[in-house]
Amino acid sequence: MPSGTKHKNYDDSFYDQGNSDILEIELNLLLQAINLKYGYDFRNYSITHLKRRILHRLKISGLNTISELQNKVLWDKNFYGIFLQDLSINVTEMFRDPEFYLMFRTKVIPILSTYPHIKIWQAGCSTGEEVYSLAIILQEENLLNRTQIYATDFNKSVLEIAKHGIYNKKEMELYSRNYHDSGGKRNLADYYTSKYGSVLFDKSLAKNVVFADHNLVTDGVFAEVNLVFCRNVLIYFDKILQNKVLGLFSKSLAKRGFLCLGTKESLGFSDHENNFSVIDKENKIYKKLQVQND
Amino acid sequence: MIKAVVIGASYGGLEAIGKILIQLPPKFDIPIIIVLHIGHNTINSYLTSLNNKSGFTVKEAEEKEIIEEKTVYFAPPNYHLQVEDEFSLSLSTDEKVNFSRPAIDVLFETAAWTFKNKLIGVLLTGSNSDGAEGIKIIKKYGGKTIVQNPKTALGKTMPDSAIKLSVPGFIVDLEDIAEKILELTMEN
Ligand SMILES: C[S@@+](CC[C@H](N)C(=O)[O-])C[C@H]1O[C@@H](n2cnc3c(N)ncnc32)[C@H](O)[C@@H]1O
Repeated sequence: MPSGTKHKNYDDSFYDQGNSDILEIELNLLLQAINLKYGYDFRNYSITHLKRRILHRLKISGLNTISELQNKVLWDKNFYGIFLQDLSINVTEMFRDPEFYLMFRTKVIPILSTYPHIKIWQAGCSTGEEVYSLAIILQEENLLNRTQIYATDFNKSVLEIAKHGIYNKKEMELYSRNYHDSGGKRNLADYYTSKYGSVLFDKSLAKNVVFADHNLVTDGVFAEVNLVFCRNVLIYFDKILQNKVLGLFSKSLAKRGFLCLGTKESLGFSDHENNFSVIDKENKIYKKLQVQND
Repeated sequence: MIKAVVIGASYGGLEAIGKILIQLPPKFDIPIIIVLHIGHNTINSYLTSLNNKSGFTVKEAEEKEIIEEKTVYFAPPNYHLQVEDEFSLSLSTDEKVNFSRPAIDVLFETAAWTFKNKLIGVLLTGSNSDGAEGIKIIKKYGGKTIVQNPKTALGKTMPDSAIKLSVPGFIVDLEDIAEKILELTMEN
């Protein structure tokens, strides 16, 4: 067994070329343990990404091996809570990829405008910046009143933050620039009030939003919607899971519904490619075909 | 048997990387994976010009893209580039590492895990210390490491930091790096 010394860098970590076979075994066992104990299934996430997060947690906890970490994950609920935050990457922004939002305004909004009632699912919404971004666009296009948004994530703590709509004022400089570049019609500051270094977004933006706990890996369809927004989530999944979740989106979409993925994500090479037409290739905006090919 | 070459650079990297890629012979068939710090700027025109001038297909790496021979992959702006497994690459939008995204350490570390002693890591010019840890990890996993001689670098901090943190396999003038890479892969 390794000694109990604390490690500061990856480099000092116990793992090297000689024992990386054990690392792989431990990783598999850990993911299985988490699934059995807590029902969160990470087994089809990008393995490299998981490894980075897990080794990072190992490093800052002063533990030597993943087996030791597994012990803590199983026996120490608080530790598991922290660890779960490591595995769910919550990095997000308002109007992230402004060009995408600009295309969304230009190509999707005019069609949504023809619907009497609009239902939208934002999956993997994280702390909600994306939800308020979309709500602002809908508001400016006079669609917010007839829209129902389901904003979901499998991480309950980010959903709490999303519900409150309170963010760090420091971020607003970037967000304002993004908003502007995305075709925003006013000033972002029109939509929030500032207090002590924080900003609070207008409650009316979220009046038709339901924030809900939903796990894309284990939960099914819960509503038929006209638009699925799932950006920068699939990137953390392996091909098999990406394909499965794209199937879930396809099922959730009404005919001629829209699917918006992250800039580096795509429907290409999945089983569902043929059920969609491409609205904007660069910005990953797709439309479900009326007739399904399967 | 070397299976991949990873390269990291920052300030001064556009020229340095260009030089190396153009010096490598077109028959060089080992995939090259690169992180160049470029902020939010797009690198499309740079990639197109390298694609025309070098003997390789030069492109931005795509999510879960298969790693091919005779191809040079650059991390897209604002995404970390990871070696997912022996056959594919993956992208990530998680936190910056060393104030950078893409970060050289992320590429080097994930490449070291996968390719172990079948990897060459090359760290070039730059004015921060990203990549130093990565070079150390590549060594630890048995890979070969080349650090640009700081005297020939526009940004000396990056190579200096790597040299300070660990003893790289080779410290080489920019002019001679392509040749060193060839030499190390000849042993294949
Ligand atoms: C990088 S954030 C993306 C946030 C936002 N969509 C954006 O693009 O800025 C990824 C989010 O996906 C969530 N997530 C990861 N796996 C999930 C799963 N299996 N089910 C639901 N949400 C998941 C994470 O909790 C995290 O909030």
